[in-house]
Amino acid sequence: MPLSLSLGLAMALLAVGLHAIAASRRAGCTRQVYGVSLAVCIILLGMALAHLLGGRTPITLTLPIGLPWLGAHFRLDALSAFFLIVVNLGGAVASLFALGYGQHEKTPERVLPFYPAFLAGMNLVLLADDAFTFLFVWEFMSLSSWALVMAHHREPANARAGYLYLVMACFGTLALLLAFGLLAGPDGGYDFAAIRAAQATPGAAALVLALALAGAGSKAGLVPLHVWLPLAHPAAPSHVSALMSGVMTKVAVYGFIRIAFDLLGAPAWWWGGLVLALGGITAVLGVLYALMQHDLKRLLAYHTVENIGIIFIGLGLALAFQANHMYANAALALTAALFHIFNHSLFKSLLFLGTGAVLTATGERDMDRLGGLIHPMPWTALAFLIGAAAISALPPLNGFVSEWLTFQAILASPELPQWPLKFLVPAVGALLALSAALAATCFVKAFGITFLGRPRSPAAAGARETDRYSLVALFVLAVLCLLAGILPGLVVDGLSPVVSVLNGGARLTAQSSQPWLTLVPVVDVKSTYNGLLVLLFMAFSGTGAALLIHRFASAAARRGPAWDCGFPEASPATQYTAGSFAQPIRRVFGSVVFQARERVFMPPPGDLRPARLEVELHDPVWERGYAPIITAVVALSSRFNAFQYLTIRRYLSLVFGALVLLLLGMVLWR
Amino acid sequence: MALTADYGVQGCQMLLTLLLAPLLTGFVRTLKARLLRRRGPTPLQPYRDLLKLLRKDVVLADSASWLFRVAPYLIFAAIWVAASLVPTFASGLPFSWTADLIAIVALLGTARFFLALAGLDVGTSFGGIGASREMMIASLAEPAMLMMVFTLSLLAGTTELSAVARFMLNADVGLRVSLALALLALLMVAIAENARIPVDNPATHLELTMVHEAMVLEYSGRHLALIELAASLKLLLYLSLTACIFAPWGMATAGAGPLDYLVGVVAYLAKLATGGLLLALFETSIAKMRVFRVGEFLGAALMLGLLGTLLLFVSRSL
Repeated sequence: MPLSLSLGLAMALLAVGLHAIAASRRAGCTRQVYGVSLAVCIILLGMALAHLLGGRTPITLTLPIGLPWLGAHFRLDALSAFFLIVVNLGGAVASLFALGYGQHEKTPERVLPFYPAFLAGMNLVLLADDAFTFLFVWEFMSLSSWALVMAHHREPANARAGYLYLVMACFGTLALLLAFGLLAGPDGGYDFAAIRAAQATPGAAALVLALALAGAGSKAGLVPLHVWLPLAHPAAPSHVSALMSGVMTKVAVYGFIRIAFDLLGAPAWWWGGLVLALGGITAVLGVLYALMQHDLKRLLAYHTVENIGIIFIGLGLALAFQANHMYANAALALTAALFHIFNHSLFKSLLFLGTGAVLTATGERDMDRLGGLIHPMPWTALAFLIGAAAISALPPLNGFVSEWLTFQAILASPELPQWPLKFLVPAVGALLALSAALAATCFVKAFGITFLGRPRSPAAAGARETDRYSLVALFVLAVLCLLAGILPGLVVDGLSPVVSVLNGGARLTAQSSQPWLTLVPVVDVKSTYNGLLVLLFMAFSGTGAALLIHRFASAAARRGPAWDCGFPEASPATQYTAGSFAQPIRRVFGSVVFQARERVFMPPPGDLRPARLEVELHDPVWERGYAPIITAVVALSSRFNAFQYLTIRRYLSLVFGALVLLLLGMVLWR
Repeated sequence: MALTADYGVQGCQMLLTLLLAPLLTGFVRTLKARLLRRRGPTPLQPYRDLLKLLRKDVVLADSASWLFRVAPYLIFAAIWVAASLVPTFASGLPFSWTADLIAIVALLGTARFFLALAGLDVGTSFGGIGASREMMIASLAEPAMLMMVFTLSLLAGTTELSAVARFMLNADVGLRVSLALALLALLMVAIAENARIPVDNPATHLELTMVHEAMVLEYSGRHLALIELAASLKLLLYLSLTACIFAPWGMATAGAGPLDYLVGVVAYLAKLATGGLLLALFETSIAKMRVFRVGEFLGAALMLGLLGTLLLFVSRSL
């Protein structure tokens, strides 16, 4: 029953999309589309929650559509229920936000039809239970999100982003297509149940894993396949950016988990090593890229890459543990990864929606033209601050809990017998620690330059607080970030059915029975964390200090000009900017990773030209990985271009020659 | 009854850290002055400064926001909670399981996050320079610290400080290469995190390389008092942490008699005095380094920590 209802609701979303094609210009259509999306997402969210927390058995359904001999299979199990929660929570909040934000859209006819379709696509991917349906809805999801990326297609940067996205999405789907082809085997058992029953040979399984990493990883933003993500996610309207970054990347991770943990059978130890290494590199490179940005949305998009890296570190550890039959530790690593998936969907959506509010208020997303927004937009600033602190893994918020669990999983890994893993895991631990610390720097920059200081442009000075719908959406997410941070035991318990499905029945011990809801992941290690008590202690000592000081010492405050060591400078241009804030990091890390060079041009005395500081950055992945491929493709196609302008005689002789060659080949092969 | 006594001891520890922190700072200052053949202020001077600051009006810059006013309380709360979760004179106190060492490091991160934001809030170039450099230092110091935590936890099998202290009291721990590396990494991080020479100079106000003082330049009155107190608490925290992990001798265990607690307190005071003396000696014997050399300094700490961890991944006996 829940499954057919979910499918019906997804169809309803599609119908709303169709309706919006006709009606998008009409007044009130924005409200209708987002209102219906909100309602559908809430129903789906409730249903998925009931399924997961109720501990129900998987439900399957086969519809006589799709390939005639296969039909369309759908299935709702604990894993899809968890991801349905992630998708529909994000979808509901984004729709709520869009009830206000969508009013400012200049071309609603390019957004409204595709938005519900995109939501429906993501939901269907999670429910699909055969390879054909999966790939079909996966591609549907890609294309509908591509249409949303191209919503403001007249900006040249967006057109390029859309093109790159399309190419990478095709590549990803191709890789998944091949992976499913290998999984299905020569008999064509495309049904997931048949794939699960069949055992792939080690060679084929290795190939499938690599293809799944390429396919799902390119959608999720795994380095080096991330290049499209920081261009495409910011190009879409902000609520869609929130969905793409906060939710669609998770659907991609779902694809990887489904293939690697569910369909593929027992892992080999080096799978874990491969995934771990990729995750570690992705985490650090993602945050370093993010630090170099001054476009707020692009910074957030690069930061998604980092978080995907953290998730994949957890998944890689889980694979390594499973390969060595250490299921208790694998449960810890999987819980960490799934918890981080949930967390990231919360705070990344929050941050993108907050950026949307800033964009509405100022029309700017370049941090160097913002500043001081905390004065006109105090509530947006507070919500964004909570999101920034959560994503920087600061206790007592939720980001810290999942990183803490990941660290605990790393600390459980010296028992892994394989030597390469013994060297790899601590190195990945160092990379994870580095990326966590850099993330804090990144978000001090994002929040500090955007919201604090003095306005750097008239647009920032004239900003106004955003509308009610948007504020409610922001605070729903902010409160969830706090709750997941102080009550992590409940989330871990909610995740345990998913972990047990993926992990051969092993799961973490129930956390909700612990005193004070302390998080005790592994009983015999006795490492514990209690976010609730940390929050209470902090609240107690902070407010206690404030009350005592105000009562007994002094409560007087007056305003005056800034002191600034006696040299205050009135111009807001003298403040630190995004680039100058990142300069020390650029000096320390950028000179190696990005070959960053700074050149100062100082005119001689008497010369009236201004002094200039030029920074040169290189993107190593693009320049070493993609640029040669592009050059090769362009060179080859210009070489083959000659074939477009042949005479009919030459074409005929070409065809004749090819035929003779092929026939000769046939004869020789025989 | 025993439970109440335990909570009482926990409360004592919280108060003790709070009351001792300014004394430690004053003690180090006096020692440094004496080493430079100056007379210097009494060790009690920080208390007087704090009381004076608390009674003064706050002067807020025109462009300061609500965050600027909230941040000192948040920073103070985060650091005080972190400092009171480090076992000082007794281990295994009732709330010792609230946060392990990773969480304590992260709590310090919370304080730093808000301090850096407060530095950016007024929109002056000094605040910006302080915040950006502080975050650069932290981005290297925090992973180095975590690698040190990894090393410890691989040996002790836990990241909880009370359990680590109990483990280190064990006779069969012995001298280990990995522990030496971890100690070195911890000391280097402690120097950087507390803005001491050679990374930063706690005594300077007008120098372009200053980091911590630049961030808090706009603070005055009670806000400044809280931030100064938090800085003292942080120094105390790092000394207690080093003592708790690498010199846990004399520490009482939970539920012990009053005499044990007394011994624990005396031992703790002796450890703090030793630590303060060593810090003063070190600081007077070395010059400050250029700010961009800090990257290399902390990079070395990170590598030491990683090396310690790697050694333990390879063999538990190293």
